[in-house]
Amino acid sequence: MTHSAPSTATPLPNGLRRDLTPPARAWLDQALAEAAQGMTPTTELRLAEAARRCGRPHADTARILILQAAHPTPADLTRVYHRGTAEERRAVLHSLPHLVAGPEALPLVEDALRTNDTRLLTAALGPYAARHLSAHLWRHAILKCLFTGVPVTGVAQLAARAHGDAELARMLADFAAERTAAGRPVPDDLHRVLALTDPEAAPPLPAPDGGGPHGKES
Amino acid sequence: MRLFDPHIHMTSRTTDDYEAMRAAGVRAVVEPAFWLGQPRTSTASFLDYFDSLLGWEPFRAAQYGIAHHCTIALNPKEANDPRCTPVLDELPRYLVKDRVVAVGEIGYDSMTPAEDTALAAQLQLAADHGLPALVHTPHRDKAAGLRRTLDAVRESALTPERVLLDHLNETTVKEAKDSGCWLGFSVYPDTKMDEERMVAVLRAYGPEQALVNSAADWGRSDPLKTRKVADLMLAEGFTEDDVDRVLWRNPVAFYGLSGRLDLDVAATEATHEGNTILRGAPKGTAPAGQE
Repeated sequence: MTHSAPSTATPLPNGLRRDLTPPARAWLDQALAEAAQGMTPTTELRLAEAARRCGRPHADTARILILQAAHPTPADLTRVYHRGTAEERRAVLHSLPHLVAGPEALPLVEDALRTNDTRLLTAALGPYAARHLSAHLWRHAILKCLFTGVPVTGVAQLAARAHGDAELARMLADFAAERTAAGRPVPDDLHRVLALTDPEAAPPLPAPDGGGPHGKES
Repeated sequence: MRLFDPHIHMTSRTTDDYEAMRAAGVRAVVEPAFWLGQPRTSTASFLDYFDSLLGWEPFRAAQYGIAHHCTIALNPKEANDPRCTPVLDELPRYLVKDRVVAVGEIGYDSMTPAEDTALAAQLQLAADHGLPALVHTPHRDKAAGLRRTLDAVRESALTPERVLLDHLNETTVKEAKDSGCWLGFSVYPDTKMDEERMVAVLRAYGPEQALVNSAADWGRSDPLKTRKVADLMLAEGFTEDDVDRVLWRNPVAFYGLSGRLDLDVAATEATHEGNTILRGAPKGTAPAGQE
């Protein structure tokens, strides 16, 4: 564990409190109160059923709040991920920067990056990957975004990690040449990332990588 | 025309099929867990399959604007294999998932004691999890199999309106209808039912409890059979409302008993080229899921 256990249940963000139906709100309040007791089989059931209790538009946020309230260990997160649906896996990935300080959960990020599910790829490339993913796997993840159409604007710390990365620049140039040789278009995002690799460009300001419950800041 | 295929094994089908199904009007499918055409040898093989039914396959379906749900179970055939039966202990963790809308396919294959045990245990799991049950009726010795199936259902905690009896035909439909269960018919190129026989059964027994599926899988089968039955129903004098009842509202009513049916296809941001399922899409073509 890399954190202290909470003493009270997590309050709902005001926007979510307003948008949920009364039964959904009651369910989520109950789920957060249970989660404040720590990770239990009940917590894992709440994570599984979030969409049918809260409505799919709110399920991601509900799952992330429950995970944060439960303060799971990396081993708990690994279990929830591997036993979870794609939606549960996405919630785990979004929660990593808030729940795991060290690189222990990297195998989950690497698992998600091996899939071809763009929802998982997107969730894997948040602040936790920015902080811990090796340069080699991070470069391949960027190329995979270009292949699969995942917008690179969602990649956390893109400018900071790409700045001055000559190897990434080479890989991007080779990919562009391969596309051009085939008479196929070069994705716009490729040029955007290539520009960021320029060591002569002004280096980006370091961005904070903590933040809100979605873990989507980038 | 909106179509719901309540029994199709999309894991075995191609993206061409998804594209053709969408064009034919299919907007929702349920994929029951079944066997793979060859034996599994461990519980882990089931778990990978269940993960696929809950992750990758809904993602593929969404690319084509089709809502995908699944049913989870140990199938009747592999209920006889001691290498597979331990998966029964793993089912509860899957039966709580959001897109699981029934326990199934369960039922009889060879009508063995091991199948009796697995069927009773899984009917109880359905009751415990607030789920209906999709019950496969055997292909061999079908009439006797139906009677043994109905006995198991009557002895279970499930009421008949929470049970869908599948793969029915002319010899089993009357007794199945009298039981009060939902009636499932699998329409195949050669076996099970065909479109003409299906329409005749609907005329004789009415559309009220009937669901029609393609049961398309890795064998010779046709994922557009739902549309072909709908077209023949109209040609033979059924109304559009009858078609909508059999091929949309009845499956929605049955699987809706789970409280987990979610028919809005999530907009996915995937516009893949290269190493993904939409590789080679014609230039400028948006995936069906983005319409």
